[in-house]
Amino acid sequence: MELFIILTLFFMLVVTAIAILMMRHLFAVVMLSGVFSLLSALLFVTLDAVDVAFTEAAVGAGISTVLMLGTMALTSRNEKMPRDFSPIPLLVVIATGSVLIYGTLDMPIFGSPTSPALSHLATAYLTQSPHDIGVPNVVTAILASYRGYDTLGETVVVFTACVGVLILIGGLARRRRKDEEGTN
Amino acid sequence: MRHHLLLRVITKLLVGPILLFALYVQFHGDYSPGGGFQAGVIFAVAFILFGIVFGLAKVKQVFPPWLVHKLAALGVLIYAGTGVYSLMLGSTYLNYSAFTPAHPEHGQHWGILVVELGVGVTVAAVMVAIYYAFAARPPVIHDEEW
Repeated sequence: MELFIILTLFFMLVVTAIAILMMRHLFAVVMLSGVFSLLSALLFVTLDAVDVAFTEAAVGAGISTVLMLGTMALTSRNEKMPRDFSPIPLLVVIATGSVLIYGTLDMPIFGSPTSPALSHLATAYLTQSPHDIGVPNVVTAILASYRGYDTLGETVVVFTACVGVLILIGGLARRRRKDEEGTN
Repeated sequence: MRHHLLLRVITKLLVGPILLFALYVQFHGDYSPGGGFQAGVIFAVAFILFGIVFGLAKVKQVFPPWLVHKLAALGVLIYAGTGVYSLMLGSTYLNYSAFTPAHPEHGQHWGILVVELGVGVTVAAVMVAIYYAFAARPPVIHDEEW
């Protein structure tokens, strides 16, 4: 039953991706990318990764859809048609894809108990966190305490993104208004 | 969106519960899925929804841009400051056990709570700030063309 659900979700994911590729109307593309995020969130739930699914649903399906719509309102509604067909991008994509698939051949089988990630670090976290930290949600314990440096880095990255957007978009609008006041 | 009566009424009903749910996700992250990042996004969504339905000017009255920008920096300061505090107590950076040497677990609980609060404040403020930056520019597409 679980296999059936996972296969259905993956099938819908691929269908959504193909639909996104085929469409030229950007409003529909943005909505479908939200659907794509929601489907990936469901896949994360089937993997019991509830925290990741939560983030994916909130950020991927929620915030980024709104921001994409905002960007669309500032630019254009329709995707521009490519001028002529060139084989180079297709070749690059096929080459990169085959290298990536070749890379997965060395990886341990999905869910394998002997995989390096599950055999050392994960067991250490699961056995030690109850008396090290005593927080029932081990994900929170790892994120905020064991991996506190990484989460600090992520927070700084989010802050940097904000500064970048404000410099690119927010500052320009202000300068224009000053120019208009100056000319008037 | 002045003519969408249903959207306006439902938005007014939804904003409160969304903010409440964000606080639940923020402070219950130790026990259930969620944490600062998700809570920050949900908190920002309440303001973004309000802004989409009632207009940018109204939401800027509730949550002014200068406050948003300062909160974005404050969250990072809260997080980094927690680490500095543990340094001053003579331990390593971001080692929360130093807060209550008698019960290291309690210190960890406090540290995680404060640090997650920092993440939540920064993420919420950044999302609202980015939304303001995008929405403040005059749109090329008019309402009828969607």
